[in-house]
Amino acid sequence: MKVRLLDIAHARSGDKGDTANVGLIALRPEWYATLAKYVTRDRVAAHFTGVITGGVERYELPNLRALNFLLHGALDGGGTLSLKTDAQGKVFSTALLRMVVEIPDEEAVALGLPRATDIS
Amino acid sequence: MTAKKIVRVAGAQGFWGDWLEAPRRQAEGGPVDYLMLDYLAEVTMSILQKQKERDPAAGYAKDFVGAMESVLGGVAERGIKVIANAGGVNPEACAAAVLEMARARGAAGKLRVGVVTGDNLLPRIDELLASGHALKNMETGEPLSIVRDRVIAANAYIGSVPIVEALAKGANVVITGRSTDTALTMAPLRYEFGWGATDWNKLAAGIIAGHIIECGAQCSGGNCLYEWRSIENLADVGYPIVEAQADGTFVVTKHPNTGGRVSVQTVTEQLVYEMGDPHAYITPDVVADFTSIHLEPDGTNRVRVFGIEGKPATDKLKVSIAYRSGYKAVGSLVYAWPDALEKAQLADRVLRERLDRLGLHFEHVLSEFVGANATHGPLAGAEAGRHAPEVQYRIGVRDADRKKVERFTREIVPLVLNGPPSVTGFAGGRPKTEEIVAYWPALVDKTVVETRVTVLE
Repeated sequence: MKVRLLDIAHARSGDKGDTANVGLIALRPEWYATLAKYVTRDRVAAHFTGVITGGVERYELPNLRALNFLLHGALDGGGTLSLKTDAQGKVFSTALLRMVVEIPDEEAVALGLPRATDIS
Repeated sequence: MTAKKIVRVAGAQGFWGDWLEAPRRQAEGGPVDYLMLDYLAEVTMSILQKQKERDPAAGYAKDFVGAMESVLGGVAERGIKVIANAGGVNPEACAAAVLEMARARGAAGKLRVGVVTGDNLLPRIDELLASGHALKNMETGEPLSIVRDRVIAANAYIGSVPIVEALAKGANVVITGRSTDTALTMAPLRYEFGWGATDWNKLAAGIIAGHIIECGAQCSGGNCLYEWRSIENLADVGYPIVEAQADGTFVVTKHPNTGGRVSVQTVTEQLVYEMGDPHAYITPDVVADFTSIHLEPDGTNRVRVFGIEGKPATDKLKVSIAYRSGYKAVGSLVYAWPDALEKAQLADRVLRERLDRLGLHFEHVLSEFVGANATHGPLAGAEAGRHAPEVQYRIGVRDADRKKVERFTREIVPLVLNGPPSVTGFAGGRPKTEEIVAYWPALVDKTVVETRVTVLE
């Protein structure tokens, strides 16, 4: 079953130089394990293909039911060098929440995960 | 049995430009012991350095004088103390301006202003480079020597020690230069509870309290995505307050009868903001571990924070160096329905062809179509903006040569009459050419930075 991160997580993003960070937080405590299992470094890197120029780092914070992603080369040079509208990476948060992950039906139903609809 | 001592630190500014109302509301809305005002972002020091070059009495966050005026009663009559990194590159001038304001308001003698200096390394750069401190860029590894002649500011991030010293000397207002944002909150807790230099868990708790409130209302309902529609009364948003105890546990809350929200979700969103490796949040005082933080609800608009662990500090300080790095300009036009995006895209092709014919090749050019791809790029999908009622065409250039950037700024407005139709939004005229001051993060041995504390009345 396809699940969109917007329906199971919230997020905030910020910057450090040319790197954007996105903290991805489970909407319900019991959904954290799903994030930890399916929102892998490689999948996030694939999601941001063509958007960032560098690699992705991933950290787990089970205490906050959150994952932290560092997206390198995300900000067109970053800080004052950047020409981007979002030079400080403030809205990479919702860019990550666009991501859709495939979760086995049985697992998704057991956790009450909402099915992604109207995926564009 | 006496109640456990509680120290209340209120976040009252999250950056230079934050809500002018916040300090007064924090001072008057309920009990607080300290007001914490954070003014400095990475690029702020270089802006202040430029101001000081033009006027030796400038170079600090001038908003702070107005903020102090708005809380003068609380400080002079009710014992509230104020900690701020408003000093920028000129903490002495900032202190003088605050004292002058107090005299003019008939509060002479009520303020004892502690001034922390020693973070400014600009006059010492050549000495440091000559004695083997390469001040290498933490991100690229390049030595500072390659941009040395363009450096305009260099400040070490200093920690809690000199702020604690100023409080111990009786200051009720402490003004620093490039102190870390988090030290502004941790220092008063360390002073009040007598935490030692190796009380790593408690120091880390103070740092994390600081991280939570250093961006003002961003932990109390502002910019909060979680259930954002249901966050009430943002017009009266309550800024955050930390109620700390000696063991390092604390509650995040806000004054009663204010808007916004303090919940596990609002605090979690702020905790992950600008996070790097959560196991090692490095500060001058301690290395805090964000994977040890525990949050639980403690009543309405109250979140209890506990379990925080810290590790010994490193022997380095981070240095924020600013250097001149060329010029940039960004211009925009707005195209209206029908086919707004197509028109904007045609304008981009026309403009780029003209720049090309003028022989203007830039180090970097970026076009964005606001309403289609400016925030999420290709993730917004191929159809994004296709039927938008309007699209803003936004183009920026960057180059070392100021003249080229200036020439670019003259090529945009002509498109209104000689480019694609249904165009508006050019009221600002030609865009402004800006000098870029870039950021160079480096490390330096702690032993080379000596802070000084002076208390002025």
